[in-house]
Amino acid sequence: MANRSNEPLLWALFSGGGVAAAFLIPVLLFLYGLAFPLGWLQPPDYERTLGLVQHPLTRLVLFMLCFLSLFHWAHRFRFTLYDGLQIKHLNPVINLFCYGGAVTGTVAAAYLLWTLP
Amino acid sequence: MKPSTAYSQYHPKWYRTRVSTLWWSRKWSYLKFMLRELSSVFVASYIVILLLQLHALGGGPEAYLEFQQWLKDPLLVILNGIGFLFVLFHAVTWFNLTPKAMAVRLRGKRLPDVLVAAPNYAAWLAVSALIVFLLMRQG
Repeated sequence: MANRSNEPLLWALFSGGGVAAAFLIPVLLFLYGLAFPLGWLQPPDYERTLGLVQHPLTRLVLFMLCFLSLFHWAHRFRFTLYDGLQIKHLNPVINLFCYGGAVTGTVAAAYLLWTLP
Repeated sequence: MKPSTAYSQYHPKWYRTRVSTLWWSRKWSYLKFMLRELSSVFVASYIVILLLQLHALGGGPEAYLEFQQWLKDPLLVILNGIGFLFVLFHAVTWFNLTPKAMAVRLRGKRLPDVLVAAPNYAAWLAVSALIVFLLMRQG
């Protein structure tokens, strides 16, 4: 379980992730979740997408987006379960699931962005 | 004698009313709070999609085409539609929190909340437009 001294860091990641997610995810989810699959807009092809993502700045932005958003989720979801379902006795499991998931996703993002051709 | 911190049968308990597990379903403002907290699930689910997209990009043109086909799955489109509403809710509630977290004063007077939140919306619009421009630009 996270001890008291970890809390400020976790709150900072939560709020950083809140900002990153608020600015970037609505437009990206609208495009890739709705507009492109439903044919409202023509998606950029493989070459163009790869070209965009290969740019060091894009890689950095995408990494920060993944890292911060995942920790934002971990922190908020942990308290959603805590307040909403009142399952305090499961705290160690919940923390492991939330923060463990966030760490795993962050490592995956770093690996994928690093190894991109 | 050192007072024991552990509970015993005779330890006087505090009086606490029991709160039902569904306490947040009774009032709209509580439900709104819970829905706002649940938006984090869709934030995470979008990141999973993004990671799968990066994975597909690394796998070559065919893998990427397969990923794009997968996004057309009706069930996924519905989930993403719901997710979009949730992340929109997250963004709006997040931007509206700024004036509550930060009281901006100008010549001793507190600026109205709308004026403190407004730059967030302007920046949001600019960032979203930039992303659409980058993705939709031809050639």
